[in-house]
Amino acid sequence: MKFAVIQFPGSNCDQDCIAAINGLEGLRAEYVWHKQTSLDDFDAIILPGGFAYGDYLRCGAIARFSPIMQAVASDARAGKLVLGTCNGFQILCEAGLLPGALVRNRSLRFVCNIVTTRVEVDDSPFTHGCPKRTLLRLPVAHGEGCFFADPETLRELNDNRQVILRYTDSRGCIVPEANPNGSVENIAGICNRKRNVFGLMPHPDRASDARLGSTDGAKIFQSMMNTISANSATSERAKQVA
Amino acid sequence: MKVKVLVMPKAAVLDPQGNAVRDAMRHLGMPEVRSVRIGKYMEIEVDGENGELESRLHGLCRDLLSNPVIEDYELQKAEVRGRRSQVQ
Repeated sequence: MKFAVIQFPGSNCDQDCIAAINGLEGLRAEYVWHKQTSLDDFDAIILPGGFAYGDYLRCGAIARFSPIMQAVASDARAGKLVLGTCNGFQILCEAGLLPGALVRNRSLRFVCNIVTTRVEVDDSPFTHGCPKRTLLRLPVAHGEGCFFADPETLRELNDNRQVILRYTDSRGCIVPEANPNGSVENIAGICNRKRNVFGLMPHPDRASDARLGSTDGAKIFQSMMNTISANSATSERAKQVA
Repeated sequence: MKVKVLVMPKAAVLDPQGNAVRDAMRHLGMPEVRSVRIGKYMEIEVDGENGELESRLHGLCRDLLSNPVIEDYELQKAEVRGRRSQVQ
């Protein structure tokens, strides 16, 4: 099974993503330069962290117009799994593939820390290996990770169970002190309505090796792999029809 | 033509930078300052001048120069021959 890791000029977690994914049995990851126009050869797409185009104008504002983003959007519409971490999450929001936006941290400081997040949805393609309320310890490193959505969008996110992860304290309680960036309702990660596009500010790629302090991030990649395996029979049939 | 684009955070979006500047102004002896909002100001030069160019500029204001989820923009035509016009 092959995952694409998109490289934008200014991506800096592309190697982390490749290493994390290639460290899992049954998974292979390959770089795809942002000027490419097809992702047909891949089972899933990863938008890594970093500072694509220097974060000029707004984080992700210019990257969303990279040629590869048309393939990301069309594959996302077709149901392929897309994961955006950190800068990748910002790009997905700018591209309109996820609702809301990421703005400057409330503290005005760049946060670089390990946070605790709680799994709010246990049947998403990205978290179905984690029972509800599982706590994942994941690193964050960002200056613009404060998730914002207007009240109506927020209500939809909650009603449709699109909030996948929230920041909590070590006991799993949603408290302001556990919120590293001021995100509304402690939101750390959301998916789209179809549940095949997931964005999160924390870095699962930097928490997929015990030597880095946590392997909780690997659960997300593992869950994606299991989802794709389970669906492969169906998609094979669909391919034959096509 | 020359245009100026102003991009401001929507009222509902927290502007911690503006708040920090507001507090600094108060500390510097102006307790009357009620609020500060910080946005972006861009000067853009475009070859030609017509309504079609303007509407394409508006399109790019929405797609690239601002993010309508969190920001509002204002496109102003810079002063031409003493005439000042504003389009929104």
